[in-house]
Amino acid sequence: MPVITYRDALNQALREEMQRDDRVFIMGEEVGVYQGAYKVSKGMLQEFGEMRVVDTPITELGFAGVGVGAAMVGLRPIIEFMTWNFALLALDQVVNSAAKMLYMSGGQYSIPIVFRGPNGAALQLSAQHSQAWESWLAHIPGLKVVAPGTPYDAKGLLKSAVRDDNPVIVLEGEMLYNTKGEVPAEEYVIPIGKAALKREGDHCSIITHGKMILVALQAADQLTKEGIRVDVLDLLSLRPMDVEAIAATVKKTNRAVVLEEGWELAGIGAQVVDYIQRECFDDLDAPVVRVHQADVPMPYAKNLERAAKPDLPKTIAAVKRVMYLEQ
Amino acid sequence: MATKVVMEALSPTMEEGRLVKWVKNEGDTVAKGEVLAEIETDKAVMELVARGEGVLRKRLLAEGETAPVGQLVGVIATADEDIGSIVASAPAAAPASSGAAAPSAAESQAPAARQEAPAAPAVARPAAPSPTPTALGTPGPDVSAPRPPEAPPIAPPAVPEENGGRPRSSPLARRLASDRGLDLGQVRGSGPGGRIIKRDIEAAMAAGPAAAPSSTPRRAAAGDYEDVPLTQIRKTIARRLTESIGPIPTFYLTMEADLTRTAELREAMLDGGDEFKVSFNDIIVKAIATALARHPEVNAHWLGDRVRQFNRVHLGMAVAIPDGLITPVLFDADRKGLGELSHEARELAAKARDRKLTPEQYTGSTFSVSNLGMFGIDQFTAIINPPEAGIIAVGAVEDKVVSLAGQIVVRKRARFTMSCDHRVIDGATGARFLQDVRRMLENSLMLVY
Repeated sequence: MPVITYRDALNQALREEMQRDDRVFIMGEEVGVYQGAYKVSKGMLQEFGEMRVVDTPITELGFAGVGVGAAMVGLRPIIEFMTWNFALLALDQVVNSAAKMLYMSGGQYSIPIVFRGPNGAALQLSAQHSQAWESWLAHIPGLKVVAPGTPYDAKGLLKSAVRDDNPVIVLEGEMLYNTKGEVPAEEYVIPIGKAALKREGDHCSIITHGKMILVALQAADQLTKEGIRVDVLDLLSLRPMDVEAIAATVKKTNRAVVLEEGWELAGIGAQVVDYIQRECFDDLDAPVVRVHQADVPMPYAKNLERAAKPDLPKTIAAVKRVMYLEQ
Repeated sequence: MATKVVMEALSPTMEEGRLVKWVKNEGDTVAKGEVLAEIETDKAVMELVARGEGVLRKRLLAEGETAPVGQLVGVIATADEDIGSIVASAPAAAPASSGAAAPSAAESQAPAARQEAPAAPAVARPAAPSPTPTALGTPGPDVSAPRPPEAPPIAPPAVPEENGGRPRSSPLARRLASDRGLDLGQVRGSGPGGRIIKRDIEAAMAAGPAAAPSSTPRRAAAGDYEDVPLTQIRKTIARRLTESIGPIPTFYLTMEADLTRTAELREAMLDGGDEFKVSFNDIIVKAIATALARHPEVNAHWLGDRVRQFNRVHLGMAVAIPDGLITPVLFDADRKGLGELSHEARELAAKARDRKLTPEQYTGSTFSVSNLGMFGIDQFTAIINPPEAGIIAVGAVEDKVVSLAGQIVVRKRARFTMSCDHRVIDGATGARFLQDVRRMLENSLMLVY
């Protein structure tokens, strides 16, 4: 199976979907001539022309709104935000127009749009450019939200997102574009709303999504050497969330660590813990432990940034805590 | 500070009480502990005492009226205190169901229970068939046995810590323990703060069978009784007999005992004066109690998942009262002398008829006896008082013509019919017990042995 980067997996998904359906087009800042800020749309302008690969000015609210309008008249736009931090300017279109149009029009207008772009912290980009937005977006009824952490998932989920008749948010990890993984050459899609068990164990579950899946898998490897076998559940979709998969892993291991990039309060992890206590309270052998970013704006200083982010040592410590091996 | 007088739960099963009589009038000064009123519970007439001092300012329940437990029935306050708001709140404080207000009654009652020492709940008695959580369906793991030291890989030091008397445990541990019939109180927790977790349950289950071979019936350490786990055959017998007859598969054993020598004993004792006067019933009670002490398999309760055999004999004595029946208890009847038993039985019967029995005087019996001999009934069957395993019905002592050693003679004889819960007592078991009762009655000297 070919091993390609996360960026190329996304590129493949976009190209395949644009070849398959000529209503699909991409739009955003520097997606055309510059080939994409993160080179996700490399070669697309040459292949599909400027009617389907549209460079926009720095106008998040504007081009997001144009996208919603295009979807209303039957096109299938893919809107790239250079980062989700900039998408705050367009949230009115995402939240108030895209998410609610189907409902407010009494079902007359479906909005088959994809909003995608890098999410979460990279390295030393400071407070305004290092934010994980998933709990904001997953909060909104009418949106679907996916957060692939591997090239395989990125391609399969983006293809599903493009084919979905509802607005779908694709949160790509800003640090993931260069990561590599096996991606089949043949056609495949990953259904939205299904989690994937990425590692099997029976002592504890790590439940996570997006970029943090890499941390979870590393933690699983390291813990195995200490004789601790963990289940690693990749949520993949945050809305809808795969409650059955969460319950299944917790019922198996009786202990859970919920790992996420965002802040603690009202975070995705809080929702996961809620599902756990509702679905499998009687299967819990220990309180669920969460790992998340420190409750501060992301510091610029490298050492402070490292201290604030959820990472491998914090995840391993959390697993040991939930297993009563450490305080 | 005004004190609310509420209808208190004066018996374990009381839900409402009828105010028989106000002892204090409005305007009377009352001291703490003084009797305010007489309350008829479902079992007896009890005294409602003052929980505070002052003046009984208001009586909110008329004599003869009934109120649920917890309802405000009066107000004690200082002479000039404004009690308008309390009185106004009376309807609100009188819920239709006793449930809502019960806690306040319980609260106000708690200190009083300590105050009136004799009325303290009978904690030490093997009374109520309270189903303890040690539900061991089959003879098996002995959870009370010490467990071999188990060492989870990197367990933190377990600090035994309890949470209001209940050991801390994870939801999973609680579920597993309940599924497997394990008493959490018997498990040592290895989690933080001594929390019992899954591995502790597993260790306890693993340790169990080794400590108690399944062929040996488990004997509880407690001195007052022994819990006997049910064998498969006992379970099958219980199930099939219940299907056949009803909730309590009862059968009856009748025997006639010759009480001539008992009568002689009575007369001989009367020679000692009134002080030594005993009734046939007293001697019969003594004989049954003594026999019960020798037959714990009869002196037993059916608890659904096990049989509780008592090592002490608390004999319930059915007493007819004008509007029903109550069974005061002769505690440790086997250990008491005839005189003491006679005196106690008479006192309890009198109290029962006056409805003055306190709850601890009529709860906690291990076996019962019912006597209708004084009404000229020569034989009858009594209804078992569950969870007791049996009851003996005593008929009248009558002169009968019998053949004795080839001679036709007149002897005093009475019929005893034991109703047996077949789940606990089998025919032969009951017969052997009755045989002992008869031997003691027919040779009363055995009672002093």
